[in-house]
Amino acid sequence: MTGSALLRARGVTRWYGRESALVRAVDEVDLDVPAGQTLAIMGPSGCGKSTLLHLLGGLQRPTDGEIWLAEHRIDGMSERDLARLRRHHIGFVFQSFHLMDELTAVENVELAALLAGWSPRRARKRAMHLLDRVGLADRAKHLPSALSGGQRQRVAIARALSNEPLVVLADEPTGNLDSAATLEVLRLFEELRTAGQTLVVVTHDARIAAVADRVISMRDGSFADDSQLAETAAGAGTVYGGWR
Amino acid sequence: MQDVVLAMLAKEPAYGYELRSRMRGALGPLGEAMNAGQIYVTLSRLAKAGLVTSQRAEGLPDRPDRRVYALTSAGQQRVAAWLAEVTWPKPDLSEFHLKLVAAAAARLADPVALIDAQRRELLRRLRDTQRAAMERSVDPVVGLLLEGVVLRLRADLDWLEACERMWTERDRTERKGSR
Repeated sequence: MTGSALLRARGVTRWYGRESALVRAVDEVDLDVPAGQTLAIMGPSGCGKSTLLHLLGGLQRPTDGEIWLAEHRIDGMSERDLARLRRHHIGFVFQSFHLMDELTAVENVELAALLAGWSPRRARKRAMHLLDRVGLADRAKHLPSALSGGQRQRVAIARALSNEPLVVLADEPTGNLDSAATLEVLRLFEELRTAGQTLVVVTHDARIAAVADRVISMRDGSFADDSQLAETAAGAGTVYGGWR
Repeated sequence: MQDVVLAMLAKEPAYGYELRSRMRGALGPLGEAMNAGQIYVTLSRLAKAGLVTSQRAEGLPDRPDRRVYALTSAGQQRVAAWLAEVTWPKPDLSEFHLKLVAAAAARLADPVALIDAQRRELLRRLRDTQRAAMERSVDPVVGLLLEGVVLRLRADLDWLEACERMWTERDRTERKGSR
């Protein structure tokens, strides 16, 4: 692996179907995500953004191309090694939370660390710390069914962080949330950004994209626009003419 | 602008600097871009129009921010009329729309690239506004204004997405047609 990118893709392609029904969901994508960057990938449904996220996280394999996470090349890794790498180095956040209904919030959060081989004591300590960080320390013993959508997603984010992953990959994290709950998740992502957590989020919610350092627009399986969201020169005052 | 300045004086007469800080307070971070000069220019126009009067405060230097401004009765009537008027700021999309149409017709620029550039700018504004809105210290009344700005920016971004679909599709059809 060369360069300083934590996550790196070269010529990554993923096809579905064959011959006349061939769909290039992801078409020769090159990507470098430096450590500490928060990246949002936006685009209309069907543009290939979720497939790309799954490829980057080793949940699916590319038809062609190379994917690197730190010093690990993952595109050709055995299932066993890939599963191990996911457990240790990647945190996932999904639209529909994917929490275990029969486990409490803290048990859900510590599960990822336990699977990564942490001792129960250390995993619990980390889980409690993370629940505190996402503002849910007082809900630790609640089952997911007793939590609101926004709270469940915050538990899911805490779980994604519990194994101290190199990167967190999030797929439409606010897709099922109302406006207030979205704001909670935005706050949390903003905190993660400030804390230097590498984060790749696929979304069509502009509010989420707006808290990222960098936004990529995807169309028809490839990148159409790639921009760093630098600060505006005059800050919030320029918004809508500031005042009139 | 004139109406706003008049309305801020409706409660009681105020020094120029008080007026400015009242407006800043109400606008929160959106008031940061407010230029003090604009207020004094407006006040002097309002004075010429007979809508406000100003008095030099004793013992203070005669500067616009140290004068005390008050509404005249004509000024009070104008404030009442302004409050009763039904107006709504119109975001004007037609200029951007025409820009895309002209760029495509004359092949001066790629409409989709123009859309991308516009989206970047709106995302930056959304980010700045959201950050301001997420500050826990933000005054709830100011927060309401920020929420309005966020909603408008989101609507504009949704519209840009529709523009993008349309112009991408058109581009594809034209390329097929020219083959």
